[in-house]
Amino acid sequence: MSTSIPDSHGDVAPGDELGSASISHAIRGYLVGLALATVLTCVSFYIATSTLVWPPSVPIALSVLALAQMGVHLVFFLHITSGPDSVNNVMALAFGLLIVMLLVIGSLWIMTNLDHNVMPMGRLMQMQR
Amino acid sequence: MAGHAAALTEEPEHGPSKRIVVAYGFWIFLISDIILFSALFATYAVLTDATAGGPTGRDLFELPTVAVETGCLLLSTVFCGLAGIGAQARRNGLYYGAMAATFVLGATFVAIELHEFASMIHLGAGPGRSAFLSAFFALIGCHGLHVTAGLLWLLTMMAQVYAKGYRADIQRRLLCFALFWHTLDIIWVALFSLVYLVGVAPR
Repeated sequence: MSTSIPDSHGDVAPGDELGSASISHAIRGYLVGLALATVLTCVSFYIATSTLVWPPSVPIALSVLALAQMGVHLVFFLHITSGPDSVNNVMALAFGLLIVMLLVIGSLWIMTNLDHNVMPMGRLMQMQR
Repeated sequence: MAGHAAALTEEPEHGPSKRIVVAYGFWIFLISDIILFSALFATYAVLTDATAGGPTGRDLFELPTVAVETGCLLLSTVFCGLAGIGAQARRNGLYYGAMAATFVLGATFVAIELHEFASMIHLGAGPGRSAFLSAFFALIGCHGLHVTAGLLWLLTMMAQVYAKGYRADIQRRLLCFALFWHTLDIIWVALFSLVYLVGVAPR
């Protein structure tokens, strides 16, 4: 690390909470996270089992709820926040998410395309006979 | 002799502290672990409908079991955070109590998952039945293996604090363990939402 950056002490380790004043304050953060995660989990299970939501939209609704809950976990449990001291941690995570998106969406895209364009194995074997 | 003094105190005068460097490096590892899971997840998503005439997720997944598993892991991740607070405040009661609760909940999760796997294999829906089940066992099993490894690490950390106290290097390992455990719960959120719930949701 270059010594020309005077404020490099301002970084925060991933998982470390910024300025946690007291034990009770820190514990309260985890309890808020627990409450939010519980609510999101209950909504997810309710949506998956009820007929309240239009069925084709259920997977999208569940994906959005899962993303929201991952955000809750990141902020309240891992303390990865948007603060200036956490920029390095967020940048690493953003790059990771880029790779994850490329992997998942790319795989689904390519394999669905193949499914449409390539003849099933069974019919190919029938034609060869 | 600034470098010599820094080596003694483990806190360099320039640049980030060792705690930040260690945790950041471990954070990079965890992100690579998330990428590993995303590859297994993409495999599963592609093969969901490749059931080879065998049972589908709708036939096999039991939501009450998944709900209990989710509750166990969520509570254990909160207790893991409380253990971190206890370690930083050097409160033995909070640290050991919360770590023990984390272990019990994590072990319950693994036991329920193993029981689920065993009953599926008993029904003839083992990993060899179809491409869907191969991908399912690979994805969920990989998460279960991570949790099992985390349980062993948890016991190690309890023993290390007992033997060596709340030293700076032990605190760094505890921070890494907490990051690992929280990340496993984040991965489980994706798994229970997009594997189990989407698997049984009405279409």
